[in-house]
Amino acid sequence: MDNLKLIKHLYARAGFGLCFPDKKSAEHLSIRKEIKELFKASETNEPLNVVQENIDYMKLLTGDMLAKKQAIQQQRQQEKDLNLAWMNRMSTTDAQLREKMTLFWHNHFACRTNNAFYAQQLNNIQRTYALGNFRDLLLAVSKSPAMLQFLNNQQNHKGHPNENFARELMELFTIGRGNYTEQDIKESARAFTGWGFDKNGEFKVRPFQHDDGEKTFMGKTGNLNGEDIINRLLEQKQTAAFISNKLYKYLVNDIPDPARVNEIAEVFYNANYEIKPLLEYVFTVDWFYDDKNMGNMIKSPVSFLVGLNRQFYITYQRPEVLLEFQRALGQVLFYPPNVAGWPGGRNWIDSSSLMYRFKIPSMVLDGGLIDFAGKTDPEDEAYLASMRNRQSAINTKVQAQPDWDKFLQNVPKSLSKTDIAQFMLEPNLSATIENAAGQSADIKTLVIELVSTPEYQLC
Amino acid sequence: MKRREFLKNSALASGAFLIPAFLKPLEGIASEQISGYKHLVIIQLSGGNDGLNTIVPFGNDIYYQKRTSIAINPADVIKLNDMQGLNPNLSALKEIYDQGWMNIINSVGYPNPDRSHFRSMDIWQTASDSNQFLTTGWIGRYLDSNCQNGNKNPYTAIEVDDTLSLAMKGASMKGIAVQDPNKLYQTTREPFFKDLVHEHDNEHLSEDNLGYLYKTMIETYSSADYIQKTSKTYTVSAEYPATPLGNQLKTVSKFINSGLQTRIYYVSLSGFDTHVAQQNQQGRQLKIYGDAVAAFVKDLNQTGKLDDTLVMTFSEFGRRVEQNASNGTDHGTANNVFVFGGKLKKAGIFNDAPNLTQLDNGDLKYQVDFRDVYATLLDKWLDVNNKLILDKNFKGLDFI
Repeated sequence: MDNLKLIKHLYARAGFGLCFPDKKSAEHLSIRKEIKELFKASETNEPLNVVQENIDYMKLLTGDMLAKKQAIQQQRQQEKDLNLAWMNRMSTTDAQLREKMTLFWHNHFACRTNNAFYAQQLNNIQRTYALGNFRDLLLAVSKSPAMLQFLNNQQNHKGHPNENFARELMELFTIGRGNYTEQDIKESARAFTGWGFDKNGEFKVRPFQHDDGEKTFMGKTGNLNGEDIINRLLEQKQTAAFISNKLYKYLVNDIPDPARVNEIAEVFYNANYEIKPLLEYVFTVDWFYDDKNMGNMIKSPVSFLVGLNRQFYITYQRPEVLLEFQRALGQVLFYPPNVAGWPGGRNWIDSSSLMYRFKIPSMVLDGGLIDFAGKTDPEDEAYLASMRNRQSAINTKVQAQPDWDKFLQNVPKSLSKTDIAQFMLEPNLSATIENAAGQSADIKTLVIELVSTPEYQLC
Repeated sequence: MKRREFLKNSALASGAFLIPAFLKPLEGIASEQISGYKHLVIIQLSGGNDGLNTIVPFGNDIYYQKRTSIAINPADVIKLNDMQGLNPNLSALKEIYDQGWMNIINSVGYPNPDRSHFRSMDIWQTASDSNQFLTTGWIGRYLDSNCQNGNKNPYTAIEVDDTLSLAMKGASMKGIAVQDPNKLYQTTREPFFKDLVHEHDNEHLSEDNLGYLYKTMIETYSSADYIQKTSKTYTVSAEYPATPLGNQLKTVSKFINSGLQTRIYYVSLSGFDTHVAQQNQQGRQLKIYGDAVAAFVKDLNQTGKLDDTLVMTFSEFGRRVEQNASNGTDHGTANNVFVFGGKLKKAGIFNDAPNLTQLDNGDLKYQVDFRDVYATLLDKWLDVNNKLILDKNFKGLDFI
């Protein structure tokens, strides 16, 4: 198979798609060397730090009306800043694999908090360990204020256990449904009693709230604490299988192939839950490049938007537009639909979201008006209710600036229009697309059409 | 009303008896098309509407004790019986209520209530248990079951909005979001779009994701055409308030009256999360709601469609019984649900007013599971066994 095709596939899955400037170098490197480059570029770990202040929410509860309103607005501003900072990071970074995996963990450890400082902290944990060790990642997530708050572990006390965290830990974060008992949940909830955080956002174990009695969890008995529970869960091979299955669906194919998933799980478990060896295995194994695993996955809305930004070097005079796009397409970062995360795959697509996917490229690339409004997230209702005059973004200008000169300069002169089309799209070209490519007036028109096709939705 | 209903039914019955030949050519058409196509309109109030200041329990002193600065004055309440009455901003609904076109179900909720907006909305839209995460909505699953009976049109369920709610998404079928039929039509008629559709029109579409994308695209293309062409044959002559909700319901009226083969319509109104200075904010929203719904119900009555239409209004939760320190209310649990229609079996107030003394941590205890409301709509209005959609069987209620 031609090398370019392999490398394009690698970047479509491990990153946000190959851009024209990378094409040249790609053609000269073997796929193995390219994978090395990919990991090397992701060695840097730069946390997001746009949210500087941890707003004291007690003030919000006790303050007067004006103070409350201001706090709600400040909170919303922070959420917006955080969202856009991450979008910008993904759209410009060289550490594509790290960000693509951060996005995976963002969905795996789906969490909502109205404290943007904690949301940023959790996001940075997911970034730091994105390619590290899953045990470290899981522990850090379990100790983060965002997750402790979201899954009510602050209310998990000796004598009054709150089982929310324990349940999701097993059902969604590690071993999956059907592999634990209700008794396991009860016992492990007791082990996590007293895990909380102080007002500075520091993790604290509160000894007076911790139940230090004997617990039996998955066949192990003793005065178990939270870390013991996590270790016990990781001893189960099923945890490696559960994570591998999810990663297979993120990187390889919507429909898991049990034999392949097993292969990955074996690697993951034997590597003591190191994530990097698992990824290296997936990207180097021959079946990753099988025809049936290429150009057949539906991009998430965020991948779709980031891919456009990267390919066309888009700058937004009004970056909020990226939030409006996320809303219309059904994926707002930091706002997963529930603790199970975005279901993904075909769930991304309905009549309207598909229409917006066809429309957005020409709006952004060709200067257009936004003539639709995404739904307000239920959590934005308090803000909305506090605003007397709600402003709608409908019929405002997108005000985005692609760098056409830079884009066109990087398209090699030797490429035919069909070559360009095949570079921009992951699936094989249909006769219709080939015809359209041949007939288009110029490259600019051609590429705007190409990114407005069903084929462009796939990676 | 009764007389009209009698005439309609007997006309049909006699027609069926006397001239069977007349019915013969219509065999291919479902019988409901002859007897009137049934519609369900769902209005979602987002943010957690304060049910206690909507249907005011003015006959209960505890209400006034717990809400010292935000209770509705007894003199202002539009009394429905000696216990409950309408918020004055819902004055337009009084006439509707008096006609027997409105039913109020008190204390609707579910076990182990969740007080987070998005989670509770998720629960209402997917009809799940509170510890269960479903990726399909209850209307979407209705579409799935319908699809097995051969109805594969996305426009069976239309959300008058720019985007589609989870409630409308099934595993194999999804509804369609249409804010403006002309706009949708124009979008799908862009030349490049048209080319792609036509080139794939007759091709056998594959089962993979690319096939799915083309299938969705082609369905949208033909639905846009059908919705635009059908709906433009009817012009709404009734007056509607000039609010977004008023316009949305006017669009629903246009769709219904033009004979669009759509069973379910979905619209939403947000702005009900009234933690601060509730009275003005909620009052504004309730007025928007009441005026628009009253206009809609009267319009449908005029055009003879009210008997074939049922409107259901819900919000993801109600609010705490006791007000907070900033003249607002915080997230609560059980809430009232409203049903409107020309053929209600039970009009007025369906069950007892909420019990304000037996509370669960300061919140109302639910008396009616919301899925019993859904079950009623599914069994008695949409003619599908609710167990197929709700996973377990719910008994349902007798308001229709």
